[in-house]
Amino acid sequence: MKKTPLYDAHIGYNAKMVSFHGYSMPLQYDSIINEHHCVRKNAGLFDISHMGRFEVSGNNTLPFIQQVITNDAGQLKDNQVLYTPICNEQGGIIDDILVYKWNEKRFTLVVNCGNREKDHLWLQKQAVAYQPSDIRDLTDSISLIALQGPQSVCMLEAALGSKFDYIKKFRFDDFLWDGVRITISRTGYTGEDGFEIFVDAKQAAKLWNLLMEKNKQNSLMPIGLGARDTLRLEACLLLYGNDMDETINPLETTIDWTVKFDKNNFFGKDSLLRQKTKGIERKLVGFEMIDRGIPRHGYPVFKGNEAVGNVTSGSFSPSTNKNIGLCLIKSQYARIGEELHIQIRDNGYKAHVVKTPFYKRK
Amino acid sequence: MANIPSELLYTKTHEWVRKISSKEVIMGITDYAQQQLKDIVFVELPPIGKELKAGVPCAVVESVKAAYDIYSPISGKVTKVNQKIQEKPQVVNEDPYGEGWFLQIEISNPNELSSLLSPDQYRVASAS
Repeated sequence: MKKTPLYDAHIGYNAKMVSFHGYSMPLQYDSIINEHHCVRKNAGLFDISHMGRFEVSGNNTLPFIQQVITNDAGQLKDNQVLYTPICNEQGGIIDDILVYKWNEKRFTLVVNCGNREKDHLWLQKQAVAYQPSDIRDLTDSISLIALQGPQSVCMLEAALGSKFDYIKKFRFDDFLWDGVRITISRTGYTGEDGFEIFVDAKQAAKLWNLLMEKNKQNSLMPIGLGARDTLRLEACLLLYGNDMDETINPLETTIDWTVKFDKNNFFGKDSLLRQKTKGIERKLVGFEMIDRGIPRHGYPVFKGNEAVGNVTSGSFSPSTNKNIGLCLIKSQYARIGEELHIQIRDNGYKAHVVKTPFYKRK
Repeated sequence: MANIPSELLYTKTHEWVRKISSKEVIMGITDYAQQQLKDIVFVELPPIGKELKAGVPCAVVESVKAAYDIYSPISGKVTKVNQKIQEKPQVVNEDPYGEGWFLQIEISNPNELSSLLSPDQYRVASAS
């Protein structure tokens, strides 16, 4: 089992550790519900060092990136971040990633932990046609810490003694902290304001402890994967492996806006365009339970007696105090207000399609 | 440390049993179980009248993260269910041996009581 450089810190905070794609990661330190509310009201600190990080560089980097992503990196300014799927030729989602543009010849990609090796192989294979463009896996040498919540600007400033509000949403910048270069990005996976910080693995524990120490009075809490999941679901941020995989294309999901048909060729373009013209047969939508019951990944969805799809993610939602989920169902039922039944164990429980996100920050 | 009241009987699967007459018992889940599950957000109970078999799932408890089966400690018929924990599942976390009880059962085979664990036996079982 792999450990992140913050493993000892998690144990010090009495985390309940679980195995997550080969890493020992904190599921929760306290109660998932308390951690969830802490991020919504205050702020929380996450170890996300398990996520994969690649650096792509070379003269043909931008055209290469444009070929492998469905979103358009051509419009990006330096120090800007883009969320995008990478698709195969059939339009199936290989992964959903963040693309960081340093300049036209240098990008950083942040990918899902479980897809790191698959992505690396795929990218290397495709890069052959775009020489020189070099892909290096920096996951083990650089750690990633997320500070998320309405108080995260104040807390980051308290810890590092500098101003960071100039870094706008989906922008990033370097910062020299105690002689160590760190990269601070205004991004996250919670639906709140917040930052994701790249730091040399050897310095990660020092930075984590500094953030915790300097914000003791501000009640900063460490947050585990359990609350990370409820936070992202309420904000309708998709989870690879649950809401997306290679059998699902982006047009069928809530991230259809990330497919930019007006840019030049990219993997999956022809196939996605054909499917768009033909009409999308399934759609990912949010639903809320009417009857009591908690929907979970994989549960069947019915309209009357007809099986119309499956739940992809589901949970109790601490912020709305409701049971919510996402389901991939036949498009004709993907209308707001449509009443469906979720099969939980042996019985059908009433639910209805609702607007997403389930939670939006004020 | 989990609380293990001395007047109750227990199962290896972390249910407790309280004898209330020669024929009837009340059951719930132990303090250890609620601590392990942490935030309980849903409880599904069987209907009154349902015949239960010892060692077979009789209820479901869900935390934020997942669903867990609760096993019937004894064979018999459900005579009462605790509505309160269906409406306010957190009561199971707050008071697992009191207001957080699950079912009242009319037992069909009193001999089964002797195979349940004593508090001392359960202390050992839940420590390993």
